[in-house]
Amino acid sequence: MELIVALAIGVLFSVGVYLILSKSLLRILLGTNLITHGVHLLLLTMSGLKTGAPPLLGEKAEAYVDPLPQALILTSIVISFGVTAFFIVLAYRTYRSTGTDDVEGTKEERQ
Amino acid sequence: MLHVIILVPFLMALVIALLTKRASNLHRGWFVFPGSLALFVYFLTRIPVIKGGELGYETVSWIPSLGIDLVFHLDGLSLLFALLITGMGSLVIIYSIFYLDRRKEALTPFYIYLMLFMGAMLGVVLSDNLMVLYGFWELTSVSSFLLIAFWHRRQKSRYGALKSMLITVFGGLAMFAGFLMLYVMTGTFSIREIWSEVGDISGHALFIPAMLLILLGAFTKSAQFPFHIWLPDAMEAPTPVSAYLHSATMVKAGLYLVARFSPVFAGQYEWFWIVSGVGLITLIYGSIQAMKQTDLKALLAYSTISQLGLIMGLLGMGSAAAFYIGEEAVFYTAATTAAIFHLINHAIFKGSLFMMVGIVDHETGTRDLRKLGGLISIMPVTFTVAMIGSFSMAGLPPFSGFLSKEMFFTAVLNIRNLDIFSIPSLFTLFPVLAWMASVFTFAYSMILVFHTFFGKYQPEKLDKKPHEAPFGLLLAPCLLAVLSIFIGFFPNILSNTLIIPAMNAIHPILQTTEPFVVNIHFWHGFTPEVWMTLGVVILGITVYRIYGRLSLVDKEWGSGYTLNQVYDGVIRLVEKLSRWVTGSYMTGSMRHYLMYIFSFLIVTICGVVWYSDGITLGTTEYTPFSLFEVIAVMVLLLGALAIPFVRSRITAILLTGMVGYMVTLLFVLFRAPDLALTQMIVEVVSVTLFLLCFRHLPRLEKEKLKPSAHFLKLIISIGMGVTMTLVALAALGSSPFESISKYYVENSYTLGGGKNMVNVLLVDFRGFDTMFEITVLGLASLAIYSMIKLQLDGDGTAAQLKRVVPYNKPRYSRSDDVLLQAVAKVAFVIILIFSLFLFFAGHNNPGGGFIGALMASAGLVLLAITFGMDMVEKVLPINYRKLIAIGISIAFLTGVGSFIFDVPFLSQTFGYFQLPLMGKTELTTAMFFDLGVYLAVIGVTMNIIFTIGRDN
Repeated sequence: MELIVALAIGVLFSVGVYLILSKSLLRILLGTNLITHGVHLLLLTMSGLKTGAPPLLGEKAEAYVDPLPQALILTSIVISFGVTAFFIVLAYRTYRSTGTDDVEGTKEERQ
Repeated sequence: MLHVIILVPFLMALVIALLTKRASNLHRGWFVFPGSLALFVYFLTRIPVIKGGELGYETVSWIPSLGIDLVFHLDGLSLLFALLITGMGSLVIIYSIFYLDRRKEALTPFYIYLMLFMGAMLGVVLSDNLMVLYGFWELTSVSSFLLIAFWHRRQKSRYGALKSMLITVFGGLAMFAGFLMLYVMTGTFSIREIWSEVGDISGHALFIPAMLLILLGAFTKSAQFPFHIWLPDAMEAPTPVSAYLHSATMVKAGLYLVARFSPVFAGQYEWFWIVSGVGLITLIYGSIQAMKQTDLKALLAYSTISQLGLIMGLLGMGSAAAFYIGEEAVFYTAATTAAIFHLINHAIFKGSLFMMVGIVDHETGTRDLRKLGGLISIMPVTFTVAMIGSFSMAGLPPFSGFLSKEMFFTAVLNIRNLDIFSIPSLFTLFPVLAWMASVFTFAYSMILVFHTFFGKYQPEKLDKKPHEAPFGLLLAPCLLAVLSIFIGFFPNILSNTLIIPAMNAIHPILQTTEPFVVNIHFWHGFTPEVWMTLGVVILGITVYRIYGRLSLVDKEWGSGYTLNQVYDGVIRLVEKLSRWVTGSYMTGSMRHYLMYIFSFLIVTICGVVWYSDGITLGTTEYTPFSLFEVIAVMVLLLGALAIPFVRSRITAILLTGMVGYMVTLLFVLFRAPDLALTQMIVEVVSVTLFLLCFRHLPRLEKEKLKPSAHFLKLIISIGMGVTMTLVALAALGSSPFESISKYYVENSYTLGGGKNMVNVLLVDFRGFDTMFEITVLGLASLAIYSMIKLQLDGDGTAAQLKRVVPYNKPRYSRSDDVLLQAVAKVAFVIILIFSLFLFFAGHNNPGGGFIGALMASAGLVLLAITFGMDMVEKVLPINYRKLIAIGISIAFLTGVGSFIFDVPFLSQTFGYFQLPLMGKTELTTAMFFDLGVYLAVIGVTMNIIFTIGRDN
């Protein structure tokens, strides 16, 4: 399982970076989104997958999965939500002011 | 005590900086003068202590692991310089008080820089630790830079400041490298410890390179040929600065360094030849150049270069003593005695001359020799000062300069007796060069006085009507002139107090021989020195006469600027080169920069994985997988891979959402219920946001890229993917240390009182993280609010938003679907209750503040979609921005509350209580904290959604 997830992380990063390297603001945004997912899966995979019960003591299990990466990911999800929202509005606002969603500027600016 | 002493000037700088405008009725100089004078007096009281041979080290630990400590030490040499620095400093401050107008000049920075310099210079001469010395050394360069550029609106000032900075810092860096080499050889940064190891290291391969590098530092600082070119340009500084830094103190730091390192390097042939050779060349070169100047300050600058060369040469000749022992050694130390004596004399007469030139400049408005003349009747006192200073410089009796000039001649004549080199004829060059330079020195000293104060008075060429300077301006130069005469008559007052202790520091050998005495006399009988002086006077007058007859003064001199051209050329070349290098990769394209970052990441991470021992990729035991899980991953990958190809914005956004939901599913499968809940709701909210904002954006165009650029993009993307896969596998395969997670598993119930470990981690163990996190979220949402609502005009004022793209009024501000409206109300209530359940259950079961808040927000979004935002705001008139503030405040106050119980910030506690209706209930302070999180997150989410939504 870990091997498959590791490959999936690789693909998420590849596509994410590919999108980030494009000119359209929307693509860049979606790219960061995919990379975020990749990072979350990476954090989770690092501690090993399905090594025990969910990290709830009520389960009264022998072993639990590692709670620490989960706490980190939870923080990360919420922060990246804030960042994504900020980026979305930045893109939206840029487009409304400049009339383009090209990060390299409008055609006139480039010349 | 020495630490305090060095701190005093810096403290005075601070005082000046803190003075209010109201204090400006008093000249800023008066605030620093008492401190400076007190330092001078302190060092005077040290004279008997040092004479008694008492030497102390004062250490304050700084970076002991690197052998760098603030070790200060006062010996004869340091004391001599400290007296120069504080004494000249005090006089220059008095002078500057009358020279710089408090109403016209920026005095606060001036005195701050001046005090910085004084402190740094004291640090240089008192440090025993080479690294500390180096730090202070560069600080003198920096303060000199600031002072030269004091009138920074003038292009020439900036040019001169930069030039002096580049050259002296270049030398400083060379010196730094030399210091490091000494450290490599000896293992210590302490000068005294290096002295004691000279015998062991003199054969080391780095010994001569270290010596050359340190000399480079000394020569650049002391303006020795060919590095002297910065000093004439430094004359753009206000005259008090020139008098202080560029003649009396800073330029002598190089001499100090050479003297300080004499015990280490003296005895090396290279040292003798380079120091004395460079010194003599600078002496003769400077004196000839001084003849050609028409600007009084430029004349003094070249004269300073020449005199510094003289002292440098004497130090070099003095090092010959190290070739001998006993009587013969003492014989050659006469040169060093002359060097120290002349160093004092030079500071005195050159200081007075600079101040005199400053007065002439101040009163007539010019320093040009071609415009000046006949001032003797107008400025008699200034003339007297000029005459005493110049005659002392020329080496005429009864002024102190005469005595040191005689000693200089003795030293160069002594050198002829050196029998250790195979080419004795070379040594005849020493007296010849010295004598010629003295002739020129005599001549330019005469030019200085007679062209300024005699000859024709040309009032029509002057900008101002000249008159005698005020008393305050004359005070300092007059004191120096008196001192010059006084030392001329009673030179031996210096010999026991200052010269011998300094000599002991430079020539440790003198401490071992019988009591060393210095006796300076006017008259030794008809010795060769007397005839040489006589020759200088006669020939000097002749040169001056010829010079006057040719009226060379009126000619512009084109030569002598070749070194400057080299400097300018190098600067231009470096500028061009750096512009080219920077321009080649700083393209202004964000994507290029990202490519650099990604490439760097790929190379470093892969390099580490490849080269590090103990990193294994993957484990031997993988968790088994089911078909279901594989399908979830496959769907995720398909969704992700499809995104770059689609043209429709909506499809792209939905595909990303699909990836998000698959990740949620994986969270469920991987036993992370909290994550799954959070991710799911975040996906809902962010897809809503995406759709709200991107309705109006243009279609996604296919990128037009060159095939090579496209290929590069692909390579970097795939490289990043491979790298991250490697990271994941490497993390699985190798764990160099034990995880800290066990602690949380074991203690979350006993210490945090919760059964949901993730929640306990968030609100208790790592509560600080969470508090900052909601703060960041709050900031982001406020930034979004201001980005939408405000726009700054060119002049920085808020203005109405300009819209380039005309905005269509959205057609569907609310849904007309009756069914949806009916369901939504019920759904909202259910969602809200569920949200509260998640919040309260969170400590023991999946849920918590974050998830609950996001759930509630999702409910509100549903209402807004169904009934329109106006309606929602009417029903629930909440200011979400205030809600953010309240939430963060509650979380923060919960943390602060810990202080009442005398426990660290954000300590949580819990207990069990019997409550009506609910039975035995656990109550924790973490609940308050989570409430803060809950409110803040609702505020953030709704603020964002409503801000954007209502912008329509």
